[in-house]
Amino acid sequence: MLVSELTKKLDERFEIINISDEAGETEISKVFCCDLLSFAMARNPAGSVWVTVMGNVNTIGVMALTDGGAVIIAENAALDENAHKKAVEQNITVIKTSLPVFEAALFVHSLIS
Amino acid sequence: MNLEFTYTVDPDDFTRAGEASADIKKKLKKMNVPHEAVRKVAIAMYEGEINMVIHANGGIITVFVNEDFITMVLADKGPGIPDVEKAMQEGFSTAPDNIRALGFGAGMGLPNMKKYTDEMKIDTVIGEGTTVTMKVNL
Repeated sequence: MLVSELTKKLDERFEIINISDEAGETEISKVFCCDLLSFAMARNPAGSVWVTVMGNVNTIGVMALTDGGAVIIAENAALDENAHKKAVEQNITVIKTSLPVFEAALFVHSLIS
Repeated sequence: MNLEFTYTVDPDDFTRAGEASADIKKKLKKMNVPHEAVRKVAIAMYEGEINMVIHANGGIITVFVNEDFITMVLADKGPGIPDVEKAMQEGFSTAPDNIRALGFGAGMGLPNMKKYTDEMKIDTVIGEGTTVTMKVNL
């Protein structure tokens, strides 16, 4: 599934904060959950949907460097202003949800499987 | 092909940490360096860059690119690493709480750098600084 297709399939519990210009070309096949950035840096698979509660600028940095497909900020965790700005600059798809990490990941998994 | 890129890493600036790694990633992609090598360089350099911000008051990163390998030299004038063997263990960290709150300080930095590079060397002198040299084969 493409990132652009995923963003269309998500229901009202999800809010699209930023969509990458490459969402129509980026294939996603895995869901990854982690809040420690160094673990995410080493283990976030390319083309994944990463679900986390860390909404700071470094989350976007890790996404950009690991070629992640989209990041979902769960639990209504705050995405700070710098992170939002950087997501636009670095062309990263960012989605927010009030769902807990597990439920958000499970829902995305059901959509892409 | 023999290219050299130099970056200054600012101390304590987490909003800019990672910019050097993002920039080198872009440059290597443009040069058509194989995807997996670009990912390895980006991950290893990011970890090093974050370490320089957290522990060493910033520093200088120089990246050398040639046809067979990419070498990254990360030099700082920080406090040095008292026990390199311990620092290399996954989970060992001396990062303060405010750094942990940002999602760092899991004790994965140096192990990740080793994991994602083909060679890694740490030269450290207490009170003078640390130079980490990493090589990724192409």
